[in-house]
Amino acid sequence: MRAVANDEKNEFDALAFFCLLPSLLYVLCMFVYPFLYGVYLSLQPQKIDGFSFANYLAFFSDPYQYGTIWITFSLAIPTTIVVLLLALWLAYGMRRGIFMERTVTTILIMPISLGVILLSEGILGFYGSQGWFNQVLIGLGIIKEPFILTHNYAGVMLALFMQQFPFCFLMLLGYISGIDPSLERSARMLGATPSIVFRRVMLPLIAPGLAIAFALVFVMSFAVFPSAIMLGQPAGTTRTISIAAYQKAFEQYDMSAASAIAVVMGLCQLAALLVIILFRRRLSPAATMGVGKR
Amino acid sequence: MRTRMWKLSLYLFIVGFILNMLGIVSHVVVSSFAKRWFGGLLPPAYTTDWFAYAWKNFDLGQVLGITLLIVVVVVFLALAIGFPAAYILARRSFRFKSAILLLYFLPLVIPQMTYGIPLATTLYRYGVGGSIVGVILAVLVPMVPLAVFVLMPFFEQISVNLEWSGSMLGASRAQIFRRILFPLMIPGILTAGVLVLVNTISNFELAFLLGGGGSQTLVVALFYNMFAGGVRPVYSIDAMAVIYMVMVMTLLLIALRFVRPTQMVFKLDK
Repeated sequence: MRAVANDEKNEFDALAFFCLLPSLLYVLCMFVYPFLYGVYLSLQPQKIDGFSFANYLAFFSDPYQYGTIWITFSLAIPTTIVVLLLALWLAYGMRRGIFMERTVTTILIMPISLGVILLSEGILGFYGSQGWFNQVLIGLGIIKEPFILTHNYAGVMLALFMQQFPFCFLMLLGYISGIDPSLERSARMLGATPSIVFRRVMLPLIAPGLAIAFALVFVMSFAVFPSAIMLGQPAGTTRTISIAAYQKAFEQYDMSAASAIAVVMGLCQLAALLVIILFRRRLSPAATMGVGKR
Repeated sequence: MRTRMWKLSLYLFIVGFILNMLGIVSHVVVSSFAKRWFGGLLPPAYTTDWFAYAWKNFDLGQVLGITLLIVVVVVFLALAIGFPAAYILARRSFRFKSAILLLYFLPLVIPQMTYGIPLATTLYRYGVGGSIVGVILAVLVPMVPLAVFVLMPFFEQISVNLEWSGSMLGASRAQIFRRILFPLMIPGILTAGVLVLVNTISNFELAFLLGGGGSQTLVVALFYNMFAGGVRPVYSIDAMAVIYMVMVMTLLLIALRFVRPTQMVFKLDK
C-alpha cells in the first residue's frame, strides 16, 4: 500500500514524467518560448542595435497607434457589460430548466461553432441596409430610414455580442444551476420575495462566477480582429489594437514593432484580469456548489 | 403576474435571438442561390451556378483537401499528446500539478491574436511559417490543452480499482492500458476528438496568421475572398460560406451526439 500519511502526496515517478513530457514540451516550446521571444524581440528594434524601448516609445507617441487602445477598450467594455447582464438575466431565469432546453442551447451554441467569419458574413447581409432586419422594420412602419449597422462601430459590437453572448450564457447557466436549490427554497419559506432572494442569497453565490465570466469575455473581446475588419472601419473608428499589431507584422514586416504591440495588448488584458482577481478576493466564496441540476 | 411577465420576456428574448441566428444563417443560404438580389424580401430568380463558380474559381477542391489534412493531423496529434498527460493529471498528485494545470489553461483563455503574433514571428523565423506544418503546429497550441481538459474527467470516472485488479492478475502496464483503460476511454476519446475537430475547422486567427498561399484552410480562404469584396460576386462568396457551413453543421450534429452543449465552453467551477 502506498503511504497516504502526509497531506502532500508526491506520486511523481518515471511514468508520470514520460506521460507529461510531450504535452509539457509542446506548451513550453510553442507557447511560453514564443511569448518570451516576443518580449525579447520587442526590445530589439529593427533599426537600432542592442536593447531599446524605441518600439514602445514609437507606439505611445503616435496617436494613430496608441489611440487603438482607447478604441479597443471602448468596444470591449460596453460589449462585456451588455453580454454579462443579459446572460445573467437569461441564465438566472433558466436555472430550473425551460421548455425545449436542449434545442434552445443547441441553437445558442451555433455562433460559437460556426465561427466568426461566417457570422460576420451573415451579419453583413442580414443587418445590412438592404437586409431583412431593416426591411422588416421599415415594412412594419417602425422606422423610415434603415439603421446603419454595418461598416461602423455598431457592426463590430453586434458581431462581438453574437460571439460572446452564447459563450457567457452557457458558462453562467452551468454555474448557476450548480447552486443548491434548497438555499433558494429556504429563503422563500422564510418569507423573502423573489427579488430579495436574488439580491441577498443568489447574487452573492453567483458573484465569483460572474467575475470570472467578466474577465474571460473582456479578454476575448479585447482581441477582436476579423469582425473589426469585416464589419467595422479597419482604417478608422474600429481600428483595434490587434489590427495595429497585424499591420506592423504582415504589412510592414516589422516583427519587432509588432511584438511590442502584442506585448502592450497582453498587458492590457493582464491588467483587466488582475482587477477582476483583486475584486474577486472581496467576494464571498461559494461554499454550496455541486448539489443542483448538473 | 410580475413573475409571468418576467418569464414571458425571457421567452421573447430567446425567440428573438433564435430568429436573429436563423436570419443570419438563412440570409447567406438564400443569397448563395440568388441569380441577382438587390433589395426585396427574396431574390427574383434562383440558380445553383454560384456553387460551380465558387468551386472552380476559389480552388475549393484544393482548399478542402488542405483543410481536411490539417484537421486530421491536428486531431490525431492533440489526442496522442493529450491522452497520457490527462491520465497523469487525473490520477496522480504531485507538487507542481496546479502550476501545470494553470499553464495548460492559459492558451485557452488568452486570445489567439495575443499569442498568435509572437508565435507566428517565431515560426516564420524557423522557416515553417506559411506552410501546412506551421498551421498545424500553431493550431495545436490551444488544441492540446483542450484535449487534456476534456479527457481528464473521463479518466477520473474510471475506478483505480480496475487498474489495481488488472495488475494483481498479472497484467503489465501496457496490457492494463490496452485492455482496460483504452476501451473504457473510447467515449472520452470520441468527445475530445469531436471537440478538437469542430474547433480546428472553425479556427481563424492562428490559421490566418500562419497560413500562406498553399496552406489556407477553408475559413481563411473565405476571409480573404470576402476581404477582397467587390472583386468576386457576393453570391459566389456566400456559396463558399454555405459549403463551409454545411461542413460545420454536420460536424456539430455529430458532436452533439457525444457532448452536451454546455461542454463546448469552459466550466466555471474549476
